Amino acid sequence: MLTIKNLQAKVGEKQILNGIDLNVKAGEVHAIMGPNGSGKSTLASVLSGREEYEVTGGEVEFLGKNLLELEPEDRAREGIFMAFQYPIEIPGVSTINFMKTALNEIREYRGLQALDAVSFLQLMKEKMKLVEIDQSLLSRSLNEGFSGGEKKRNEIFQMAMLEPKLSILDETDSGLDIDALRIVANGVNKLRNKNNATIIVTHYQRLLDYIVPDYVHVLYKGKIVKSGGKELALELEAKGYDWIKNEVAVA
Amino acid sequence: MSKGNQVLEEITSKEYEHGWTVDLETDEAPKGLDENTVRFISAKKGEPEWLLEWRLKAFRLWQKMEEPKWPNVHYPPINYQDIIYYSAPKKKATLDSLDQVDPELVKTFEKLGISITEQKRLTGVAVDAVIDSVSVATTFKEKLGELGIIFCSFSEAVKEHPELIKKYLGSVVPMNDNYFAALNAAVFSDGSFCYIPKGVRCPMELSTYFRINAANTGQFERTLIVADEGAYVSYLEGCTAPMRDENQLHAAVVELYTMKDAEIKYSTVQNWYPGDKNGKGGIYNFVTKRGLCFGNHSKISWTQVETGSAITWKYPSCVLKGDYSVGEFYSVAVTNNHQQADTGTKMIHIGKNTRSRIVSKGISAGKSQNSYRGQVHVMKRASNARNHSQCDSLLMGDQCGAHTFPYIDVENNSARIEHEATTSKIGEDQIFYCLQRGIDEEAAVALIVNGYAKEVFNQLPMEFAVEAQKLLALTLEGSVG
Ligand SMILES: Nc1ncnc2c1ncn2[C@@H]1O[C@H](COP(=O)(O)OP(=O)(O)OP(=O)(O)O)[C@@H](O)[C@H]1O
Ligand SMILES: [Mg+2]
Repeated sequence: MLTIKNLQAKVGEKQILNGIDLNVKAGEVHAIMGPNGSGKSTLASVLSGREEYEVTGGEVEFLGKNLLELEPEDRAREGIFMAFQYPIEIPGVSTINFMKTALNEIREYRGLQALDAVSFLQLMKEKMKLVEIDQSLLSRSLNEGFSGGEKKRNEIFQMAMLEPKLSILDETDSGLDIDALRIVANGVNKLRNKNNATIIVTHYQRLLDYIVPDYVHVLYKGKIVKSGGKELALELEAKGYDWIKNEVAVA
Repeated sequence: MSKGNQVLEEITSKEYEHGWTVDLETDEAPKGLDENTVRFISAKKGEPEWLLEWRLKAFRLWQKMEEPKWPNVHYPPINYQDIIYYSAPKKKATLDSLDQVDPELVKTFEKLGISITEQKRLTGVAVDAVIDSVSVATTFKEKLGELGIIFCSFSEAVKEHPELIKKYLGSVVPMNDNYFAALNAAVFSDGSFCYIPKGVRCPMELSTYFRINAANTGQFERTLIVADEGAYVSYLEGCTAPMRDENQLHAAVVELYTMKDAEIKYSTVQNWYPGDKNGKGGIYNFVTKRGLCFGNHSKISWTQVETGSAITWKYPSCVLKGDYSVGEFYSVAVTNNHQQADTGTKMIHIGKNTRSRIVSKGISAGKSQNSYRGQVHVMKRASNARNHSQCDSLLMGDQCGAHTFPYIDVENNSARIEHEATTSKIGEDQIFYCLQRGIDEEAAVALIVNGYAKEVFNQLPMEFAVEAQKLLALTLEGSVG
């Protein structure tokens, strides 16, 4: 589904990604871990097409298309969804309105008719149940005055609504209490199927107890320096990053 | 009248006798403005003597006044002698089909979602298949008539209801209130009059749309709305369709008058031609709008969405004379390219326990300048007056300007005045968040701006609000990025 080859990117004068290789197939869950500032969010931003990040080398193919040539909105319409590490506030715009607009723009791109009010409401009710979110939150201004946990849960609700092919969750677990973590993880699990894939950026093994990854990658200084199965996350939890940093230094 | 004036009048009326009667046959007054012009207009409209006198008085006052210099707007001096102050309502050139209409205009109509019939009506294409507004207007008028509601053109009202016009004309906006109001009083062309009798709730939104003869009211429009005790009316002015007009100067006057327990809700969407991208052309819109809450427990609410005109100078105000009366002002003012707007409100608290609320949302884009100017004045007698003002500015790009000039005068210690002001920018972050959800930039800006202005749109009648939202998006098209 997603093939990243030797991806390099910079912001301003600062080179951040230094040659990333990653292969994600439909049905898979990949976890990306790594110390602060290693470039995890940058990778997510580059994949979703954020303008400030300049790609200086490499290729990305998504569902047979050259992803890097697509406008950010078209990437979303092709099925890429990013759950933001820091969701943005939009005063006066409710989540409901936001999702109605997004969904219909995506549908239009795909040559589908706009959803009528009834069908939209039905879909919304269904997804609300899935991520156990309250309608009162969805009627409020998007992310404005939301608690940290509410923002994250709202991101997952949006993901549920848009049914993406590839979801990138950037530290969706941070700021969640234990119950919310379980609810969010359950939501993600319920949305998993053999046709979609998920990339989870996280610092904690905890989330991976709920959402069991097929692969774990360690990003360090803009490169994937180690990959493994779910046990790699346990090892990192136990030992920290120093041993990996040392390995990199030796090599 | 002073001796000098008397002599002046004699001379001028003579000229009228001899020089002008003949010209009455023509459809247009010659360029320029003097007493003869005023007489010509009045005569053309077949007005009674008292109204002519009223106009002349206003004209003489205007001559002694000066154009205000305090608004934060800049334009070349207006030559008042280079304007034609009267031309008979012309029939619009009738076109056979929409194909003959400027395609740009049609495109705009489509984006606004204006129906084909309506498009035809607005552009002067003959509408024959549909009996359209004429029949609608007739049934409409009958219905209003049953309730005793008067809704007609100003000229018609002068003929049919002189006692009401005599009583209320200039009662809220005195003829010498300001330079442009005086000019309007002297030369006003036509406008609307509305009277809602005691205890009647007008069952529908009143709009000039339903007045068949509303077309071509010209550049000096005059509106007077009176709500008698316990009456209610919601009035819509303007439309979202782009309005072009060869007259550059527009100076309208609107007067609202509410008796005890009455309420007037006045909503405006103003979309006059703003000039081209380089600031050439465009309408100068100098309007005086004021409401008098005369009776206790009465209420006047102004809602405006201002997107057009090269220059806007406009302060819909409320004089809260009755005890417990309420004044509201909700405004969205958008400026783009080289537009300049100096707009806001005045809330004058005279009665006890009067309340006012101001919500102003300015949006500036391009190289435009957008100023909010608001005054809250609490007079001595106005104990327990309350005001809450919220003035927000939204900037798009870094070449535009937003300015806030709040004036607060409090002469009574029991008053409680709250003023909040914010300035914000549409963030790259917000745009990107939308893009990432599949919403393109244009739609993203529309979404964000409409969210910003929501509190004001909520005040508009439903259909009007939907149109206004589209209009806002259209005005700001291409202004980010
Ligand atoms: N817009 C930017 N301008 C300047 N530097 C940036 C910008 N974005 C990211 N960086 C820098 O790039 C590096 C990688 O940042 P990134 O946010 O991708 O790290 P991360 O792995 O997500 O970290 P964390 O675990 O703290 O979320 C950091 O040093 C960061 O300061
Ligand atoms: Mg990060």
